[in-house]
Amino acid sequence: MEHSEPVIEKPFETKELTISMGPQHPATHGVLRLVLDLDGENVVKCTPYVGYLHRGVEKLGENRTYLAALPLSDRLDYISSMNNNVGYVNAVEKLFGIEAPERAKYIRTMVAEMGRLSSHIIWLGTHVIDIGATTPFLLAMTERERILDLFEMLCGARLTVSYPRVGGVRNDISQEFLDELYEFILEFPHRIDDYETLVTENRIWKDRTVGVGIISAKEAVNWGLTGGMLRGSGIDYDVRKYVPYDAYDKVDFMIPVGKDPGDCYDRYKVRVEEMRQANRIIKQCVENLPAGPVMADAPKFTLPPKDLVLRDMEHLIHQFVLITKGPSVAEGEVYVGTEVPKGELGFYFVSDGTGKPYRMRVRAPSYVHASVLPRLCKGGYVADVIANIGTIDIVLGECDR
Amino acid sequence: MTGLFEAIVGPGSLDYIINLVIMLIIILLKIAAVVAVALLHVAYATYFERKVIGHMQLRLGPREVGPLGLFQPFADGVKLFFKEDIIPADADKPLFYLAPVIFFISALTSLSVLPFFDGFAVANINIGLLFLFAMSSLGAYGIVLSGWSSNSKYAFLGGLRSASQVISYEIAMGLSLVGVMMMAGSLNLSDIVRAQQHYPLGLFAVPQFLGFFVFVVAAFAETNRLPFDLPEAESELVAGYFTEYSGFRFALFFLGEYTGMLIMSAIASLCFLGGWGLPSFVTAGLPVVAAKVLGLFWFLAKVYAFMFFYYWVRATLPRYRYDQLMAIGWKLLIPLALANIVITGLVKIWIKGMV
Repeated sequence: MEHSEPVIEKPFETKELTISMGPQHPATHGVLRLVLDLDGENVVKCTPYVGYLHRGVEKLGENRTYLAALPLSDRLDYISSMNNNVGYVNAVEKLFGIEAPERAKYIRTMVAEMGRLSSHIIWLGTHVIDIGATTPFLLAMTERERILDLFEMLCGARLTVSYPRVGGVRNDISQEFLDELYEFILEFPHRIDDYETLVTENRIWKDRTVGVGIISAKEAVNWGLTGGMLRGSGIDYDVRKYVPYDAYDKVDFMIPVGKDPGDCYDRYKVRVEEMRQANRIIKQCVENLPAGPVMADAPKFTLPPKDLVLRDMEHLIHQFVLITKGPSVAEGEVYVGTEVPKGELGFYFVSDGTGKPYRMRVRAPSYVHASVLPRLCKGGYVADVIANIGTIDIVLGECDR
Repeated sequence: MTGLFEAIVGPGSLDYIINLVIMLIIILLKIAAVVAVALLHVAYATYFERKVIGHMQLRLGPREVGPLGLFQPFADGVKLFFKEDIIPADADKPLFYLAPVIFFISALTSLSVLPFFDGFAVANINIGLLFLFAMSSLGAYGIVLSGWSSNSKYAFLGGLRSASQVISYEIAMGLSLVGVMMMAGSLNLSDIVRAQQHYPLGLFAVPQFLGFFVFVVAAFAETNRLPFDLPEAESELVAGYFTEYSGFRFALFFLGEYTGMLIMSAIASLCFLGGWGLPSFVTAGLPVVAAKVLGLFWFLAKVYAFMFFYYWVRATLPRYRYDQLMAIGWKLLIPLALANIVITGLVKIWIKGMV
């Protein structure tokens, strides 16, 4: 008897297409690399690879004195270096047990909010240009240029400023600077209106961002999200309000929040409103700026003024010891988190009693936010990956450190 | 000599051949004129775009090469011409060579049926509109083949996107022009322009406003321009189907795209905006030649107005997502175009019944 095998038709095989997006790609904002498994236009899996910009900042910090490691923090999130400096000096000041004078605190708050504006401008421009609208990017960049000009006026540097110093700020500000800044902040809300005209109620923009990259409040907390990513999901956590540093407890501002669960559009709204609030904070700082010194009187910890070093023996000795050996710090550890434009930037120092930290650890919000990218992208379209990269607002300098 | 020739091929045929040769020469001259003028327009369309968008974005646009940057298109052309021609490893070479040529040729061929002024078209054929559709469909082959042959995943995705996009929007565009065909009773572009003279304002855009809307949206999608530039969405697919192209082959794609825009603008101008047709009180006292020259400029003004609209939209809008693009094409534009056809037909029957 003939035994016939039942004919089984081989099912039509489809293979997933794996594409490597980055590290050189127009939309990945630096050197982020995403490996996407695609089923047609749908993203099955998204795997971020980071580390292309790793410079060993944390290790470098261990080999420098507390005062000399400050410029390393500039190079974390290099588009808002002011905020990183403020975070760094606040942590070191807490470790030293010193406090900056009132005027320096106001100035720091002011420049930190300027840094926030310049960072949010970049975020807005790149987020929008990734989705396809070119004009808001170029309009926004003109405003960032003005902020950078102001930084240049303030301390000579535009990008890596190192203006806030341990114990205060590098130099006092001039009346000329304040006038220019005041003029800018009176005008800036109208510029935000301009961007919003082009983007906020745009039908295509809403189609591309509403319902994309949804994350619930609970999940956002569990993933460790901070900053606009967390507030976009409806949680009003902001370090500036909950653990105030510098002059944030003396200025009046509001924390914009989205809804639970939040999507790209909510986060967009939150960050745009943050720009308006930052503008308000700067305005209050300029108006209420107290008089007084801008550097703490703590000769064991802060560098003396240069002219005194050249004239006075005692200051020369302080300078020499601080530069060569570093300040003498008690043993212990300290963590200070500050609100940078990307989220909560934390500096954690372990001191072994020498002039250099035993361990410097940076809690980088960009790294945490990059880790949530697979969760946001899964199940979406290729185009949603781009929207999600824009919305997490990461800078790879900070992510890779 | 003449006698011998006539003895071989028959009496009277020499005149016929001479006429044929003269006709061929005239056609070749026409082609040369149209291609040269059109390519010059394409070159300056890029300059125009960069200037317009530049000023919309608080920039100045090109201004270094020549007075007001007017020689910028030539500088770009020379640069692209002398660039290294890179062909990716494992690319399908014949197809890789062929794809930009197909794309560019199909765009240029479309120019042949466009009447630039009354009585001037390289080929005044009676199926002009169909020919335009055929050529724009052919252009999709160039895109698909370039995406396929590049052996690059980005180019491949771009090619796939483009294929589905062009096919979907071809339908909407074809249907949107059916209303125009019904009103004009012809597929010949010159006849369509002449038919518009009897309508209010001398425009089909008024009675065919639905068709015009569908056409404009489909035209943006057909030419891969924002907000429908998904095949070349630079933030997603680097440069889409021509990611791997460089030098002169890239220039062919670039020129093809701008020629395509010029052609879409010309179709909009001819089929909906009255083409070269001037109001009769303007042309009444003028000599024929002057009227035709005026008509040419009138036509070009409309084409450039439409091109300006292209640029304006590009400077304003973000980009749609792939599924949204398909939804607009199939769920909005095609039903609208079909409704337009039905309404046009009903109105036509109603008017006939009245008469």
